[in-house]
Amino acid sequence: MTRRVLILGATSGIAREASRCFAAEHARLFLVAREKKNLQALSDDLRVRGAESVETFAADLTDDPSHPLIISRAFAVWEGLDAALIAHGTLPDQLLAESDPALLRNSIETNYFSVVSLLMRLAKAFEEQRFGVLAVIGSVAGDRGRRSNYVYGSAKAALATFVAGLRPRLAHAKVQVVLIKPGWVSTPMTEHLAQNFLFVSAERAGREVYKAMVSPRPIVYCPWYWKWIMGFIRFIPESIFAKLNL
Amino acid sequence: MKRYESWGRYPKSVPARVLPLSWISDVPDLNGLLRPILPYGKGRSYGDCCLNDGGTLLDASGLDRFIQFDPETGVLRCEAGVTLNAILDLVVPVNWFLPVTPGTQFVTIGGAIANDVHGKNHHQAGSFGCHLLSFELLRSDKGKVLCSRECNRDLFEATIGGLGLTGLILWAEFQLKRVSGPLIDCERVRFETLEEFFELSASSDKDYEYTVAWLDCVSTDNKRRRGILFRGNHSTIPMKNSAGRPTPTLTGFYAPESLISRPTVRAFNWLYLLAQGRSSKRSTIHFGTFFYPLDRIAEWNRFYGKRGFLQYQFLVPYERKEGVTEILDLTAASREVCTLSVLKVFGRTQSLGWLSFPRPGVTLTLDFPFQGESTLLLLEQFDEVVRKYGGAVYPAKDARMSSESFQRYFPRWTEFSNFIDPCFGSDFWRRVATPRPLSQ
Repeated sequence: MTRRVLILGATSGIAREASRCFAAEHARLFLVAREKKNLQALSDDLRVRGAESVETFAADLTDDPSHPLIISRAFAVWEGLDAALIAHGTLPDQLLAESDPALLRNSIETNYFSVVSLLMRLAKAFEEQRFGVLAVIGSVAGDRGRRSNYVYGSAKAALATFVAGLRPRLAHAKVQVVLIKPGWVSTPMTEHLAQNFLFVSAERAGREVYKAMVSPRPIVYCPWYWKWIMGFIRFIPESIFAKLNL
Repeated sequence: MKRYESWGRYPKSVPARVLPLSWISDVPDLNGLLRPILPYGKGRSYGDCCLNDGGTLLDASGLDRFIQFDPETGVLRCEAGVTLNAILDLVVPVNWFLPVTPGTQFVTIGGAIANDVHGKNHHQAGSFGCHLLSFELLRSDKGKVLCSRECNRDLFEATIGGLGLTGLILWAEFQLKRVSGPLIDCERVRFETLEEFFELSASSDKDYEYTVAWLDCVSTDNKRRRGILFRGNHSTIPMKNSAGRPTPTLTGFYAPESLISRPTVRAFNWLYLLAQGRSSKRSTIHFGTFFYPLDRIAEWNRFYGKRGFLQYQFLVPYERKEGVTEILDLTAASREVCTLSVLKVFGRTQSLGWLSFPRPGVTLTLDFPFQGESTLLLLEQFDEVVRKYGGAVYPAKDARMSSESFQRYFPRWTEFSNFIDPCFGSDFWRRVATPRPLSQ
């Protein structure tokens, strides 16, 4: 039985690599992203890599009225889904977001509102189906607000709280909810940042997302050592933290 | 941000701008970019043909998608940034293999075309370009151009070995080769003199698809040129699990410059020969071990220290092979440390590319840690020999040859320069070609 997987934000670096892992096990993939042409390139690639079948749907995920249609289509194609991954997101420039209210709103809407809107609808569909894995990409940035990216971080923190509540709701329906918290990953989203030794390739992050989805765990740090790094950062008393420029 | 340097880490060069490409459909209009422009893949060419000081580098490694693969015919079409490593992962489990592979799997298809790479099977298969069916080029003056033997043949040929100067390769289609599995039947044969090597090589080239020799380049005895010839064929023994390929398990570090010296290299070579012994040794090994021994160490180029290293690969025609001896003598007489030398006899297959390096003859590759002016001087002496014998030096490995040498080695360079994209350029090209005014 090949897995049926919905990938939302399929053109993102991490989603692309996770999709390749699913393709290698001959899964059936339903890809959603904004650009039609890019979806075509992506589906060709995944077919060559072994995907049994690939469906695409071009939509702007920040446009939440489109969500019901996307989800009903995805569930209809193969009469159900085994897993869904929400991977879209944006990393706003912190300083710009402090002075540009439109960017602030866009960042919160993309990284939080559009994600939970999808989660609510997916939750309902999976609940009715009574099985499945619902995975969403959070961030270590959500573990503690930091000077350098608290706008992005706060959306991811809110998302983590949302997921923490959704998980027990869906546990009764045997639906597992996975929150993946990547650290720094080399993707087009982080291209403008100076790389350091903590950066991992999108390939590695994608593989870990895939693993977290096929053998689900509630919260997965990616790579694992971020659990300890963030554990330490959370431990720093506020009085000292306020003086740090993290 | 990624570092954009060449594998030899010499010379140093800083692009004014790097533009990472992720999607073919999103590649911007080349006319709107800061000139000169040069595509960049994985930075595995040694010298400066992948560098573009003060210009724009198009990082094509993000164009890494497959487009089409027919497991019946073995025809593969993929974007230019796909690496050989990714291709092997895909095709070896279904018993296909690269028609030609260089000594590392971490190069892109675009780079393999732009340098018209060759491998241990040159005597039977020719260079990579010989197996290329078609590709699409993006040019600033003509937009997208489909090139193959049938259409735009001149641009097709100019681009093979064209050092990325004829436009940005978007995707390419080529023919793979049928194999029975991932294993190679390999034999290692010891030789004591160059004459012995040439005899061995000639007798092996008919029955063995792959041949290459390692040479002890620091021997003090000028008469003796000891080495080991590696010859192999794809094994007919199938292996169930083809996933057992060696991957980088170690990472190179910046070694102190004293680590690489004549005594250490001599000791290494002595041990290497000792491990081989006098007799021939047969084994059946994974293709990764056979083709890519150095890929086990990520960034092995760091061992040469911060100053980097130079690789000198030249060829001389068969009938002038005394050129090889002459260059080995020059090496022995110099104070430079030759860390690695590799010898191979090319076949007669003509490369299509106008600037392709492989041609009938004998090729020798020598590695030298960069020690400043003296290293450059020695390599210039080598060039005198190569010019005298009517040979050539491989642009993909070069960081220093003079324009006079280049123009002697590659007489079709003027014809080639008419096909260069008016917005493109590279450090290498600015060095070896007579300066040409950029069209504004």
